[in-house]
Order: sequence, then C-alpha cells, then structure tokens
Amino acid sequence: MSRPTGPPTNGTFLGMPAVPPRSPYGTGHLRGTRKFPEAARDELGNEQLRRNLGRATRTIRGKRLDATGELPDWERLRDAGAAIKSDTMNRLPELLEQLERKVTEHGGTVHWARDGVEANEIVARLVKDTGSDEVLKVKSMATQEIGLNEHLESEGITAYETDLAELIVQLAGDQPSHILVPAIHRNRDEIREIFLREIPGVDPGLDTVPAHLAAAARAYLREKFMTARVAVSGANFGIAETGTLSVVESEGNGRMCLTLPETLITVMGIEKVLPRFADLEVFLQLLPRSSTGERMNPYTSMWTGVTPGDGPQDFHLVLLDNGRTAALADRVGREALNCIRCSACLNVCPVYERTGGHAYGSVYPGPIGAVLTPQLAGMHGTDHDPNSSLPYASSLCGACFDACPVKIDIPSLLVELRHQHTEESGTTAEALAMKAAAAVMKRPKLFTAAQRTAGLGRVLAGRSGTFSRLPAPFSGWSDSRDTPAPPAQSFRSWLASAEGAATMRAAAAEGARHPDDDAPEGS
Amino acid sequence: MTATARETVLRRVRDALALSDHPEVEVPRAYRTGRSLPDEERLALFTDRLVDYRARVHTGPSDRTAALIAEVLQEHGAQRVGVPTGLDPAWLTAFDGEVLTDSPDIPAPALDALDGVVTSSAVSCAETGTIFLDGGAADQGRRALTLVPDLHVCVVDLSSVEAGVPEAVARLRPTRPLTLISGPSATSDIELERVEGVHGPRTLEVVIRTDA
Repeated sequence: MSRPTGPPTNGTFLGMPAVPPRSPYGTGHLRGTRKFPEAARDELGNEQLRRNLGRATRTIRGKRLDATGELPDWERLRDAGAAIKSDTMNRLPELLEQLERKVTEHGGTVHWARDGVEANEIVARLVKDTGSDEVLKVKSMATQEIGLNEHLESEGITAYETDLAELIVQLAGDQPSHILVPAIHRNRDEIREIFLREIPGVDPGLDTVPAHLAAAARAYLREKFMTARVAVSGANFGIAETGTLSVVESEGNGRMCLTLPETLITVMGIEKVLPRFADLEVFLQLLPRSSTGERMNPYTSMWTGVTPGDGPQDFHLVLLDNGRTAALADRVGREALNCIRCSACLNVCPVYERTGGHAYGSVYPGPIGAVLTPQLAGMHGTDHDPNSSLPYASSLCGACFDACPVKIDIPSLLVELRHQHTEESGTTAEALAMKAAAAVMKRPKLFTAAQRTAGLGRVLAGRSGTFSRLPAPFSGWSDSRDTPAPPAQSFRSWLASAEGAATMRAAAAEGARHPDDDAPEGS
Repeated sequence: MTATARETVLRRVRDALALSDHPEVEVPRAYRTGRSLPDEERLALFTDRLVDYRARVHTGPSDRTAALIAEVLQEHGAQRVGVPTGLDPAWLTAFDGEVLTDSPDIPAPALDALDGVVTSSAVSCAETGTIFLDGGAADQGRRALTLVPDLHVCVVDLSSVEAGVPEAVARLRPTRPLTLISGPSATSDIELERVEGVHGPRTLEVVIRTDA
C-alpha cells in the first residue's frame, strides 16, 4: 500500500501543515511545581520510600525476567510489537476514522477532544445527562493525566476510584507514584490507618494483613458497584478493524465498572489504537509479562459498542489528543507514543528506584515519563519550567531500553530532548563553564597552573572529600551531583616528581622482562 | 464555520505526519503461531498454569462432568447457584441445591445473593492458564453472571484449549463481549504481596472434560 509522504490533498487539508500544540500549560497533571533535582533531593531523604521502592522494584524485576525468559520468541514479539506501533502511528488518521466508524456501527458514540480541558467537559456533560452525581472509575492513566476527578468535583460530581491502589491514593489525598502500582510508596501500616480514617463503617479492629485490607476495600466498594449508574474507564487497546476496546486488570473492579452500570464512558489517548484484532496476540503477551511479570493478568475485558442484554446500554468513547499530535510531529520524540504503559522501565531505572515517582511531577514518572511528559506538555511553559529538568533525570544507563517491550530507545530520546532543551534555552552557566574549560585546556601552561590552583579545592571540600554544593555559576552542575575534590597532585606534577619517575622506570623494567606477552601471534 | 474537535484532531494528526519522516514499516511476524500440542501435553501445561494461579482443577471424561460439578459445589457448601440460559441441564443433574437460570432482568444485587455460578467456556490458552468467556454464547451468559458471585465453576473442553496466545486469539469472535480469566481475582497493590480476591470471584474451580 502506498502512503502519501507530503501534505494530504483531501478536503480536510487547509493550507501548510502547522506544528500541533502541546497540552495547554497549567491544566492536568503533566507538570510538577519544582524541578526534578530539587524534588528528588527531598524524596531521597525519605528512607521508608527508598526501602519500599527498593524491595518492590527488585521483586518485580525478578518476576519479569522469569516471565519473559520463559518465551523463546520474546525478542521476536518485541520486534513485532515495536513495528505494529510504528505502523499504527504512520496510519493514525485512517485507523482513528475506522475505529470511530466501527464503534458507531455497534451502537457507541465517539467524541473527540483536542485537550484535557475539552475531554473533562465532555465527560462531565455526559455524566450530567444521566442525572447521576457520582461515577465509578477504573484505573486510567489518561484520566489521571487530564485531572478528570478534580474537574468532576468542581462540577459537583463525585468520582470513586475502584482500583485498590488508586483508592488508597484517593482516600489519602495523595498522588500516584507508579504507573502500575500507584500506592507502592505506602506500607501496610499506613494503608490500615488510611482505611480506618477514611472508609465509613470500617471494622475498627482491622489489622495490617494485606488480605484483610483488600477485603475491607471489597466491602466498601461492593455496594457502589451494585448501585452505580455511570462508570469511566481508560483503554489499553482500541481495535480499528472491529471497534473493540479492551481493559487489562487484575482485581475485577474493571469488570464491575465495565459491565454493571448503565452508562460507560471511556477516555482513550489517540495513540492507543491498534490496526487489527489479531494484533492482540502480540500485546497480550508483551503487556502482562512486562508489567507485573505474570504470564497473563487475571482479567482482560473486551467490548464492542453495546450488546443488548449485557453490560452498559449507553457507551461513549472520548478520543484524546492533549499533546499527542505534538509528539507525533517530532521525528525522534514520536517513538514515545509507542508506550503501552507497562512500567517495566520504572522498575529497572536506578534513578526512579531512589527518587520514586513523585519527584517527576507528572502522572508519567520514570524513564518513559521523562520523555513522554515533555513531549506532551512541552518544556518551556515558563523560564523555570520543571519539565525542562526531566530529560536530565537519568543516568542514560540503557536499562529502560532493554526492558521496554516495544523497544522504545528511551536513552536516545532523552539525549535528543536534552539537545532540544539546550538549543532553545540558549547560554547556560554550564555552557559557559565548558567554554572556559576548553579555552584553558588549549594552553598547556595555563592548564598546569589551573590544576595547581584546583588542588586548593581539597581544603574546601573538607573530610568527606566531596562538594555537594558548588558556588554559582557551577551550582547548576552541583544541584544534582556530588563533585569529588580535586586530587592533591595533578598527574603531570606527579609524573615530574621523584616518585613518578621511579614508578615509570619500574614499569619499563617489568615490560622488558615479559616482551610482547600480550601481543598477537606473529606480530 | 469553526472546525469541530474531530476535524481539528484529524488535521493535527495529518499535519504531524507531514512534518516528520515516517518510513513505511513492515511488521515482522516471526513469533510463534499455529502451534499444536498432543492432548496430554496441552492438558498438563494448562493444569500447571491454572494451579500456579491458585485456581483448582478437576479433570475427567464428559460422563463425569455432572458428578465433578456437584462435588465442587458441595465442597463449598453452595446451596443456590446461577447458570446461563444455554448451559447443558445435564451438567447439574447431580447437584441437589437450587439452580437459578440467569436473565438480563435479574439485577446485579440478586446475583450477589448466589453462592456460585456454573458456566461453560469458549477457548483457553494452555501456556498462560487463561480461559476466554464469550458473553454472546448461551452457555457462558452475560458478563455480570461470572463476576458478581464469589465462586465460579468453569467447564473447559480439552478440545478448546490451544497451546499459546496467538492460537487462542484466532478462535475468538471479536465483536462479542469477551472476558479473559487467568485464575481468581487478585491484587498486588499492598507491598506487592499477592492477595486472591478483591472484587471478582475469590474462588475459581475449573472442570476440564478430557474427551470433549
């Protein structure tokens, strides 16, 4: 099939292509209030967070390796998954129109939302049309991203999260800290206290056994499931070929919300579409094994429009842009849209493991969040946009790339975003410092003199031997790094000393005793 | 006239693609498909996976189906069980409790009063221990029926068990309401400790018919 590479020539094309807008500044949850290094410094001081996260990520890493190692064709599945996603992005206009057509044919209604504000308005209006003032929620990153619960509240509608972890986060008035297990920063004692405080009528003798805590949540939500008239979900996949939507979960809260109410409203990012139903054969293998390290998640629901006599008889699909087309327009950054939200990259990331999710300020934390968030929301809302620090929240070790089931090259995307940020932000203190260093290094005498002076730094560094804070203009560097004190002596001065000369002579003699030991044959 | 959100989003998608290179992609499908395994191996693999998910498995030829179902229900002390409209009535002949045939008019809270539910299944996947329920089939019923009661006794014909996910997905009817079940309801949200049973059935009993 041939595809136009230039501007399309059909009736909807109105002039030269324009760069699509990012998610509007100041809306939703794609931006924190503080830059990453600053927020991370506080989180690093939270010992319990580090203990919880360390244990959780270690466990899940092990499980994931077992589950993926079990499949001899794991790498081929990754190749297929990556290619299907790239192909999907290439054909997004036709696939979205096909999805819309199929959902409509099966009795659903499709809505389009340019951004989160518009999506929130659509959902609030649909809920009001039902006459209900409460909705049940299935855990959904898209609705977290747009701040749907807060908007509904401002419209007098109460949203109840039904996923256990989301419920814990909601009851605690907290923010999620992980894509898959949002309450991983809480331990069982805290969860017990939250339940005792927030769940009406909970047994005051509730202990901290996870099974008992889960049972308390079951009892609390049971009545809601039986009586609720409206539910809101996200979608893991939307199949263009058939109009089928799918939600992948474990607890059954998803099944409850997707089948018991009269009205179901699904908010789906436009990148979640898949071309064919058969493509699920790839993603139903990649997603559970990557995310929870299970062969399959306990429950997956699939539905197409409405089915008479079974499930909601009123179904609405809200297709959300909110910066996704801006990411799509970026040749490099668009790869981040392939993400299937499995969270494998979080669990292998040495930076995430220590800082946790809150430091990223976005509902998408960790390595993928560090590329997806700036792609969706931009990095230059203000002079000191916290999102501009996200591409630097990485050691570029590459573990995230290895773990990604659809082979998103996160390290390269981070480097590209750093480049874009540097290009746009002009001269920085760091750039000036590098320029000064280059000038000094070009002149040997000056360099030797600078090294001698640097030796003085040891006195200032004190007994720890490191600087945790350097004075301006070097503070930009030291904000996120400890700087070792310079050595007592530079290499050049050591080599010129009696000790250096003696060491070099000894090394030369050693080499003479074993001539060409390491040299290849015949050289 | 101002553009609708639909027109705007679709225009943005087209503009985005026009602004960035996007070389055509060939999807490599070299992963395993079209597998088949002998009955005994499929049964052994499927059973192993189900047990790993803390489901309980009962295996026997089809003339034992009614007896196995009755044993399982009795073991759980089930008095009232629900069945979908099209379930083979012969399957419950050995059960001496009350059998309620489902209908779309029965509200969900009434299902909550059932001790359990017995259904058939459409397709299964041995490698992952997954059972696929087809909500459009009369012997599996609407989705609420297998969700609200706390005990689900699910009958699986060995001939409907496929080796892997691609083989199983190929046998589905896409536009039917489908539910994939791998063990009972579970959560790992509290300190990553797996707990069976949150909102879905806390007990899954699987009866595998070896000659069907």
